[in-house]
Amino acid sequence: MSREGLLLQGNEAVSEGAIAAGVRFFAGYPITPATEISEVMARRMPELGGTFLQMEDEIASISAVLGASCGGVKAMTASSGPGLALKAEGIGYAVCAEIPCLIVNVQRTGPGVGSVTPSQQDVMQAKWGPNSDNMIISLSPASIKECFWLAIRGVNLSEKYRVPVILLSDSFLGHMSEKIDLPSPEEIETMDRPRPTVAPEKYKAYDADINGVPPLANFGEGYAVRLVGNMHNKAGDYSRNPRDFDFLINRLHNKILTNLADICAYEEVEIDGADLVIVAYGIVSRAAKAAIRLAKNQGMRVGLFRPIVLWPFPTERLAEIGKKVGGILVAEMNMGQVIREVERTTRGEVPVAGLNRIDGLLINPLDILAKLKEMG
Amino acid sequence: MTEISIQRKWCKSCGICVEFCPKKVFTVGELNEPIISTPDACTGCRLCELRCPEFAVIITEVEERSHE
Amino acid sequence: MAKIIPQATILEKYFVTSTLPTQWCPGCGAGGIGHAVLQAIERMQLDPKKVVLVSGIGCNGHFTRHLRLDDLHVLHGRAPAVATGLKMARPDLEIIVIQGDGDAASIGGNHLIHAARRNIGITTIVSNNYIYGRTGGQYSPTTPKKSISTSSPFGLEDPPFELCNLMVGAGATFVARGTSYHIIQLIDLVERAIKHPGFAFLEVIAPCPTSYGRKNPETGITGPQMLQWQKENSVSIKKAAHMSEESLRGKIVTGILLDRIEPEYSAAYAKVRQRAQKGGLA
Repeated sequence: MSREGLLLQGNEAVSEGAIAAGVRFFAGYPITPATEISEVMARRMPELGGTFLQMEDEIASISAVLGASCGGVKAMTASSGPGLALKAEGIGYAVCAEIPCLIVNVQRTGPGVGSVTPSQQDVMQAKWGPNSDNMIISLSPASIKECFWLAIRGVNLSEKYRVPVILLSDSFLGHMSEKIDLPSPEEIETMDRPRPTVAPEKYKAYDADINGVPPLANFGEGYAVRLVGNMHNKAGDYSRNPRDFDFLINRLHNKILTNLADICAYEEVEIDGADLVIVAYGIVSRAAKAAIRLAKNQGMRVGLFRPIVLWPFPTERLAEIGKKVGGILVAEMNMGQVIREVERTTRGEVPVAGLNRIDGLLINPLDILAKLKEMG
Repeated sequence: MTEISIQRKWCKSCGICVEFCPKKVFTVGELNEPIISTPDACTGCRLCELRCPEFAVIITEVEERSHE
Repeated sequence: MAKIIPQATILEKYFVTSTLPTQWCPGCGAGGIGHAVLQAIERMQLDPKKVVLVSGIGCNGHFTRHLRLDDLHVLHGRAPAVATGLKMARPDLEIIVIQGDGDAASIGGNHLIHAARRNIGITTIVSNNYIYGRTGGQYSPTTPKKSISTSSPFGLEDPPFELCNLMVGAGATFVARGTSYHIIQLIDLVERAIKHPGFAFLEVIAPCPTSYGRKNPETGITGPQMLQWQKENSVSIKKAAHMSEESLRGKIVTGILLDRIEPEYSAAYAKVRQRAQKGGLA
């Protein structure tokens, strides 16, 4: 298969990106609009000596992924919103047990069974889905190319920080096709989980300082690896000690929050000198870019701030922007989710308005332009 | 010949070793804890080891005592 | 009678004794299963590096944490699904799942029957003490009718699963049942289960004096009494073959109920890889 000038669907690009990052295990369960990822993996995994497993449900899928990852194989699963709801406990387990894995959510309209049309209604689910205080990383591609490259980034971040990463696509992006030139393997930087630096008998699966990522030995290497989702101490022993709770829970957050410079990623378009800024992510950011051009023709100076890594949210940079502009418009295909983060970040220092669409259709540039004028 | 030892920190006085020792080597103390009453009767079958839910019974083979 | 490995040897080789004593109540059946697993592993001289224990949530999930072996303590019910993923990714590993009856047959029922259907090469040992012990004594899908529990204070009317039949129906290729009392037989059954190439299911009838025994005296109240009841109410499968259904009512039939060879799933999937790499079937 030549790697230049390919026409790939979003779901295919995500799969090829994960493969390029070294994923050799996929477990999933059929669900529109994510099924194509399973279908690509059902073909590609065995070709590459990997494993494709169709499990009995989404809970089994994330469970199988966790098992494979503990065996030292980079592993992923994919589903849509309802599937992510079922996988939430498993994702929370992966946060606590610090087991690397990639989870793709090809979002669809809800609530409930909803419909197979696109939406961005699961962005808060990605952050708050599992029980308790979790700290995960979530990425939001806006093009076929980004589906490929963010899948690689997602796998790398999950390995480097021993954390589940949720890649948020949507039914439209997942099914639309664009031209893409796939890089050759040497052009791709892959990352692996931190390896143990002590002798097997001294190894502890959760031995790290308060901001650290503990090395992860794989099963079958003689390290007697103890992985556990219950509260535990550095050795992975079951613990009821409040100090262990405090240390572990804070470390799970700190290991991400003290590395924002490495993790966070966003795109800015014509922010300098803008009167108004659109905050948009994923598929909607494309319409925002078109709206900026339309606004420019009408003498309006509008910029775009696009989080690419959605969680952790680029709070610092947005706070700076908030101080320099007259208003922020948050355009998203849900009833207003990331807008809460924008309001929390800008603390009322700048007017924040929302443009929301949940009818299964895309927000288009004219909708955005009309709202920008209103904000005038 | 065997030597019987019970790891008292692990033993929970459940009474299983006492009940099922074929030679009734163990008897019960005030707190239902196992007492090694007739160690010489022990044949080294190790059933007490295997039945102890707390892994607390240890049988060690010792050579015949010299005939003083 | 196969040789019993001295406890001192087992303790020294497998246990992190600093983590003892266990969290179990006096007379708990979980200990016997622990013995049987370690005796079998040592007897088979398995490479400890290649043994992985996947433990479920519940009293029986609290054995592996005392050991110096790879140990994955997973979400309630999900052990067979996790073990399936691990086996497919690492067919070289010897994977033993240890669960309780609730973990395996209630929340985990869907994963259990599918792991059996696939015939994935894992050994699943389910300690059946007829109760959710860890959470204080609620009934489970295997609790006998009429039983008293904290969630059936007026006597249970739910009909229980018969786990071995369930597993045979789901396609498991090795199904056996043992009891905590018959510890020597149990070691042999664990060994046979581990050696079995496909999905091996071993149900162990185990005592739970605290949550089941105290409220249901017919099968004994204390650990010793419950083991005594097992001794008096167990029938080997050979003998059971000549007994009427009526006389078998309420009896525990022990031994290997099913043992046949079918393709083990991770090995079968290797053929999928070969076909894929040869550009085989579309």
